[in-house]
Amino acid sequence: MASSPFVIVVVPFALLFGVVATEAGLNLLQVMLFSFSVFAGASQFAAVQLMQDQAPVLVVLATSLAVNLRMVMYSVAMTPHLGAAPFGTRALMAYFLVDQSFAASQMEFEKRPDQPLADKVAFFFGTVTPIAPMWFISTFAGAVVGEAIPADYALDFAVPITFLAICAPMLRSIPHVVAAAVSIGAALLFAGLPYGTGLLLAAVLAMAAGAGAEVALTKGARQA
Amino acid sequence: MTIDPTTFWIVLPALAIGTYVIRLSFLGVLGDRPLPEGLRRALRYTAVAILPGLVAPAVLWPTATGGQTDPARLAAALVTLAVGIATRSVIGAILAGGVTLYAVLWL
Repeated sequence: MASSPFVIVVVPFALLFGVVATEAGLNLLQVMLFSFSVFAGASQFAAVQLMQDQAPVLVVLATSLAVNLRMVMYSVAMTPHLGAAPFGTRALMAYFLVDQSFAASQMEFEKRPDQPLADKVAFFFGTVTPIAPMWFISTFAGAVVGEAIPADYALDFAVPITFLAICAPMLRSIPHVVAAAVSIGAALLFAGLPYGTGLLLAAVLAMAAGAGAEVALTKGARQA
Repeated sequence: MTIDPTTFWIVLPALAIGTYVIRLSFLGVLGDRPLPEGLRRALRYTAVAILPGLVAPAVLWPTATGGQTDPARLAAALVTLAVGIATRSVIGAILAGGVTLYAVLWL
């Protein structure tokens, strides 16, 4: 049960998405389609927030997809272990490649890299078996609850709190802190730019700042 | 404000396909090849470069209060961040932030 701690995280996260998306005016079908087809919590919250702010389609897409770009790294990291599986299996695994299945599988494959392909594939699917159904069921429950909650319950702040909670544990190195600080500073500075483009600009600057800080720190460490 | 249905029906399939293509990229199509170090370095910071910027204006200038800085929301944000950093627990941070928000609103 390598993924059991993650199940605990998924339930309230999906519940909250169901509530927030419903409060934003989406109906039950739309909310469920969202969780089924995108299946990536942080980007779903980001898309709902931006659509609610009436940002243009392209900005909503660019920002939400950028949130998911980290999964390119997951795809790269899984390939040496799972890349020999048949295409159909890989196509299915790609759908289930989420933060939780990546983290648990990466840990397992690094610990025991020599296990047969079939075992690795089985392990990977084992990590999402408890997560995916909980994600869908909890989204559904959240959407039903959301339809019953009156709109004026300070729920506008559920998304900011959730994002801060996701980010806080990510601040595990100086470059991560630098990136987050630049992101906040630039987003506030450019808040007046039209159509949410200020956030995209802030994100690019923050990414560059994080990468730059990492390079500077590595160089400093090498010279020391 | 509520979400415009047309926007939704364009965003949903595009985001779903785009996200799937990202996941499939190397595992499904590109195969076992190293990512250039510069790209890898930038990707490491995507989430942390976007999410804080997305919430910063909502924390300082909430729409719900007409853009006026609100002590309850500000306190909730700071508590969420502090608990999240201290405990590394996403759920713990959400709960602490939620409790703070309603506690200060109620005071």
